Amino acid sequence: MKPRFGFGRWLLPFYSLLALVFLLIPIVYTIVFSFNNSLKTNIAWRGFTLDNWLHVCDEPGVCDAFGNSILIGVVATVVATTLGTMIAIALVRYRFRFRAATNLLIFLPLATPEVVLGAGLAAQFLTAGVPKGITTVIIAHIMFCVSFVVVTVKARVSSLDPALEEAGRDLYGSPSQVFLRVTFPLLLPGILAAALLAFSLSFDDFIITYFNSGSIQTFPTYIYTAATRGIPPQANVIASAVFLLAIIIVVSTQVSGELRRKRLARMTVGS
Amino acid sequence: MAGADLELVGITKRFPGFTAIENLDLVIPAGSFFALLGPSGCGKTTTLRLVAGLEDPTAGRILIGGKDVTQTKPFQRPVNTVFQSYALFPHMTVLENVAFGLRRRRVSDPIAKAHDALRLVELDHLAARRPQQLSGGQQQRVALARAVVNEPALLLLDEPLGALDLKLRRQMQLELKTIQTEVGLTFVHVTHDQEEAMTMADTVAVMNRGRIEQLGAPEELYELPKTAFVANFLGQSNLFTGEVIESAGDTIAVDVAGSRIVVPKSRAARHSGTVTVGVRPEKLSLLTTRPASTAAQNVIGAGRVIDVSFSGVSTQYIVEIPALGSMIVFAQNMVFGPVVDRGAEVWLSWTVDHGFGLEDLPDATAEQSPDDLQPLHATHTGSAAAGSTKISA
Amino acid sequence: MAITAFTGVATSTDASPRRKKSWVALVLLLPGLLYLVLFFIVPLVSLVITSLQVPSPTAFGQYDTAFNWQTYGVVISTYGTQILRSFLYALLATIFALLFSYPLAYFIGVKVRRYPILQGLMLVLVIAPFFISFLLRTLAWKAILSDDGVVVGGLKALSLMGSQDHLTGTPVAVVFGLTYNFIPFMCLPLYTTLERLDVRYLEASNDLYAGTFETFRKVILPLSLPGIVSGTLLTFIPATGDYVNASSEFLGGASSTMVGNVIQSNFLVQLNYPVAAALSIILMAIILVIVSLYVKRSGTDDLV
Repeated sequence: MKPRFGFGRWLLPFYSLLALVFLLIPIVYTIVFSFNNSLKTNIAWRGFTLDNWLHVCDEPGVCDAFGNSILIGVVATVVATTLGTMIAIALVRYRFRFRAATNLLIFLPLATPEVVLGAGLAAQFLTAGVPKGITTVIIAHIMFCVSFVVVTVKARVSSLDPALEEAGRDLYGSPSQVFLRVTFPLLLPGILAAALLAFSLSFDDFIITYFNSGSIQTFPTYIYTAATRGIPPQANVIASAVFLLAIIIVVSTQVSGELRRKRLARMTVGS
Repeated sequence: MAGADLELVGITKRFPGFTAIENLDLVIPAGSFFALLGPSGCGKTTTLRLVAGLEDPTAGRILIGGKDVTQTKPFQRPVNTVFQSYALFPHMTVLENVAFGLRRRRVSDPIAKAHDALRLVELDHLAARRPQQLSGGQQQRVALARAVVNEPALLLLDEPLGALDLKLRRQMQLELKTIQTEVGLTFVHVTHDQEEAMTMADTVAVMNRGRIEQLGAPEELYELPKTAFVANFLGQSNLFTGEVIESAGDTIAVDVAGSRIVVPKSRAARHSGTVTVGVRPEKLSLLTTRPASTAAQNVIGAGRVIDVSFSGVSTQYIVEIPALGSMIVFAQNMVFGPVVDRGAEVWLSWTVDHGFGLEDLPDATAEQSPDDLQPLHATHTGSAAAGSTKISA
Repeated sequence: MAITAFTGVATSTDASPRRKKSWVALVLLLPGLLYLVLFFIVPLVSLVITSLQVPSPTAFGQYDTAFNWQTYGVVISTYGTQILRSFLYALLATIFALLFSYPLAYFIGVKVRRYPILQGLMLVLVIAPFFISFLLRTLAWKAILSDDGVVVGGLKALSLMGSQDHLTGTPVAVVFGLTYNFIPFMCLPLYTTLERLDVRYLEASNDLYAGTFETFRKVILPLSLPGIVSGTLLTFIPATGDYVNASSEFLGGASSTMVGNVIQSNFLVQLNYPVAAALSIILMAIILVIVSLYVKRSGTDDLV
């Protein structure tokens, strides 16, 4: 009701504002420098231009790397979300032996530093004589996304009232009908959230990718290799565009969800 | 410590969009068991939170034992609360919960005192458990022990029995009363359950729309309600509105759609003009033949019994009387089963001395129903009511 | 969106599952678990095997299977400093991130609770760094902290830095970069537990004579412990293995090399696979020990 349990009435809001501004500094920097009229290296400010945005793919390699990242992200997301959702449902809804072992197998990749995951897969591909390329990157991405999907979807399955499925069965639904018409629609928000998470993890992953990409470039590995000679502003353009798109998606889902909830609350009060 | 007086002087509390409490004056004497009774959203919980210091009043002063505490923070006030949700700390044992306040005030030997308090509520054997491992009734008693152990000047109880089932609630009502007598603290009890308020408190204040409608001993409130709201919220009443046609000697006579109803002047708030008079359902006698009218009895009828519901100890009859409307009658079951059946023709009579006359007319508060669950409530007051339940209830 | 994933790590509790046909469970579990065995467990095993290999006498970058335990000893004596440094930097980054994030998460989770849209927007700002390339935002800090940037200029003008001092390439910059990059990982789990914190406990504590500080220490902090545990784990583990911040193209320098840099350069540049593999195994083993001790300790509720 009143800011009594705080660190002072104005201190906390003021700090929070500063903290958020601090978090945004490098983002603003990146976006601003996407408009820099730079030559080869994008370090000093040399004037405003829209050229970088209008001719993104003029810089060799940027768009290819970006395309690779999208492709890898989509494939890894679809596979990891499918595998992870299945595991999550099984973990919450079924009793089986080796439950603890399964949970451990899900948790361990989350507790392993990326450099170990990357080096391990690279060592395995080396031993097996598999050439590095887009496939090995996809394999790696699916692996580290599965655990995140399981954890996200599991939270959703746990919060699902089992009575809803029982009601579905009571109302003459066969097991498959109940799954399709009751369980799946209710899980969908959780599954979508997991997919979004998987995609953003895959899209931004550098460490594991770098160990397993060989000669192909993803957007992060492109930036890493370009870092020595200077990042072209086109890279800032792509990063900025992705950032703005993601923010628009997240904010609009959040605001529309909130408005829907408000409308719903009004309806239930008014009836 | 024997508790202290609580004094509220001109308290007003406004939330954005609505006023929870309007210019409230109230004195609660030390050592009393005081109940604030009212429907949800009437401002009773807000009043309690103001006393505890969890809300700041928009205007007015709060005095405890004569000392102005309006500007002090909750942890500086000699007040403890038994919260509606109990709010037992889930990360501490029962014992640590009870010892919490003692430790904060650096009271010597907190553990022994906490054990004493747990013994008082007969839960010392569960001292090592976590609150989550206790039943609702046990949690309630721990919450009580956690508050009582601090020997506060005032103990505030916010619907403390609301979450318990009926039987446990009755049992806890008696226990709370016993403990209050034993420790001698001033208890301020907020409830929407009129029976609970009447059983436990020695003084009851009926609150409605941020104001106190009437304050007094339970019997007094019940036998002589001053307003239509009190008459209907505290038990049930049969109310009649009409013009005073006669004011002679100790009584007034009211003409209600052709029926003459007599009320003692001493029991009527107003003696002229349009007034509302009433009588409690159990004071009515159900007669199958027209009685001879006497000066000491009011008689209305004939009417027809339209509903009979049996509830063990008594039977409730609803009698429809032309031009007067439906009357409620409670009759003790002295014989097996109801004395009359649905459709029977009956007359109602009661002793003049049992009637009462109200200060106001029922129409103004007609929408107020004692039952919180009526959806009507929400529609009438709109968003302000929704906000009020969120914040103050 | 990502919130549940992060808190789930340490706080997930399973609803009691009912007995059902176990072949359905098997069908659901098998593909995913098989995948993890094949591409997580088997790689760990091949790391162990690789770490025991000896260089082939015939060709550079070729290794023969052997049981060469000595690699571990060599690795520890050669790179002990980098290993210790990694854990120190990660620890510092975790502490700074916690100190930075807790008030922010408390404000968003508790104070702004009554304004859901504002709360949502503030949360978006917290996770905003997620949506811009990790490498680019680190490079942005490199530019901002560079010798001709505003920060160094300002500090020099205030005589807080000598004219020959740098920020980039120093341990300070590396720890700063680690802290910044993992703040969202710290903030989100903290936010999730604080968002669920029932303010009635705070009112009860205030009612029971606890002031602001004591309420924080005795009630808020213990109740937000699950968030602190998962937040610190989600920061500490990746920070230990990180090699982007410490790499010399980014914020680090020769004096701030972390174990991740050593593994990366041994594996991808020097093609010295056994050393890289041995370092990975050591890193993973230490982390597993630390994590299991930490989880066990914090599980007893007596951490504070």
